[in-house]
Amino acid sequence: MLVDVLIVTVKALAVLLIVLNLSALLLWVERKGSALIQNRIGANRASIFGRMPINLGIVNTLMADPLKMFTKEDFVPEGADRFLHAAAPFLALFPVLVTFAAIPFGDELRIGDRVISLQVADLNVGLLYVLAMVSLGVYGVVLAGWASNNRWALLGGIRGSAQMISYELAMGLSLASVVMTFGSLDLQAMVRSQGQSLGTWSGLSFLGVLPAWGIFLQPIAFVIVFTSGIAESKRIPFDLPESESELVSGYFTEYSGGKQAVFMLTDFAEIVLVSGIVTTLFFGGWQFPFLGREGFTFPGGFGVSLPNVVVALLQVMAFLGKVSFLCWLQILIRWTLPRFRYDQLMRLGWKGLVPLALVNVVVTAFVIVLAR
Amino acid sequence: MTAAFFLFLLFGGIAVVSALTVVLHPHPVYCALALVVTLFQVAILFLLLEAHLLAFLQVVIYAGAIMVLFLFVIMLLNLPREAEVTRPAWRATVLGVGGLLGVELVMLFARSHPAPAAGALVGGFGSVNALSRELFSRYAFSFEVTSVLLLVAVIGAVVLAKRRID
Repeated sequence: MLVDVLIVTVKALAVLLIVLNLSALLLWVERKGSALIQNRIGANRASIFGRMPINLGIVNTLMADPLKMFTKEDFVPEGADRFLHAAAPFLALFPVLVTFAAIPFGDELRIGDRVISLQVADLNVGLLYVLAMVSLGVYGVVLAGWASNNRWALLGGIRGSAQMISYELAMGLSLASVVMTFGSLDLQAMVRSQGQSLGTWSGLSFLGVLPAWGIFLQPIAFVIVFTSGIAESKRIPFDLPESESELVSGYFTEYSGGKQAVFMLTDFAEIVLVSGIVTTLFFGGWQFPFLGREGFTFPGGFGVSLPNVVVALLQVMAFLGKVSFLCWLQILIRWTLPRFRYDQLMRLGWKGLVPLALVNVVVTAFVIVLAR
Repeated sequence: MTAAFFLFLLFGGIAVVSALTVVLHPHPVYCALALVVTLFQVAILFLLLEAHLLAFLQVVIYAGAIMVLFLFVIMLLNLPREAEVTRPAWRATVLGVGGLLGVELVMLFARSHPAPAAGALVGGFGSVNALSRELFSRYAFSFEVTSVLLLVAVIGAVVLAKRRID
């Protein structure tokens, strides 16, 4: 009993720390990456007492940015609702962090005769849990906008809520077609079924050794989920709730110091979350090419058997690698595209993605019934 | 006294307190937020009853979508704090009628809904498969009729809004 509690605690803490560290790292990747794209040098001033012999840019920036933010004045504007103003950043961050509980980051680890599932919460309706928690993220934005007693902030909050609800619809609908394809709401089961080759999955041998990843089975759903995921995380080209050229800073105009830092952390944690969800559903989650439970089996017929610990480690590394790639892709998109106008945003959501997702559901249903 | 019972007391208690806040708090934004908390606690009670699908749908639809729209409207109207109800007779009447209805509800449940015996759950109860099978076989007609009803409401809303714009 006690050991079980300990295992769950360690798993939860490990996931939380990995997510937080990855988010902090993304702050540096974003600053340096944007500099690379815009032909600048980027963050190069952080150095300990100006005497560091080599530029340890990443280490210094990672320490300097949070230190700077948490030592700044924490200002609450006059007439603001003090309680909700303080609660809003945490209401934004909390749902993002708890969502990671349902995302599997490996198959299973065997220590002695104890089997540890590499997933914090093994839910049989995991995908619904993810949707439920993601849908709660909007409260932080709305309340931050309202509690600040500022017109810009209120406009940002209202834009944010309308945008997030609109794109949630498209996301939910296209996730429905993914669920139909895998026949399960259990994220771990989805990842396991993505481990086969596409040839055996569909019975079409010419598809050969391609893995049965979601992106090959549901390419349209992948595009919709990834797009609405970026829209949910409110980043360029979908950063209308923030849009600094119109609304100063949108819903967090009146935030400074530590609370502002929490909003920034939420932003980066959302990038990691979108990457995690997309990896799990469309890129085979923790599946490593040709790696089974007992080791590698290559198509030529020969294989290498590996101990369970190595297999689990390789799977976790594969998952983290895929997540990092998608995080980088999102930062690349953010610094490449210009911002939408608000009517364009709504048109894309309601007239583009929602009908496309509906058609995708109908087509998927027909294909499943006909193939039976 | 099992762990499930303690959890029921905890989350049920929070649900009751937040439901009272919905009615009693003078500020409409806090009332709406308290309603979100209530819905969340009821979802947890569904989880304790093994109705996983129902619990998460409750969060997705009510807490995550409908209540956001409520909050959206309250903020757009920028409603002020409600003025205190000054007439004590009015307040007493409301409390009296409410209390009477509450007692009636409890008596009704005690009489017509005896608690089911433990372990009476059928296999797969509350799972997505079991629920959808029921929904699309035994209750297919009511399910489809409800969807038509919602469609009618949507069309009505569009017609009303369009008359204003034209």
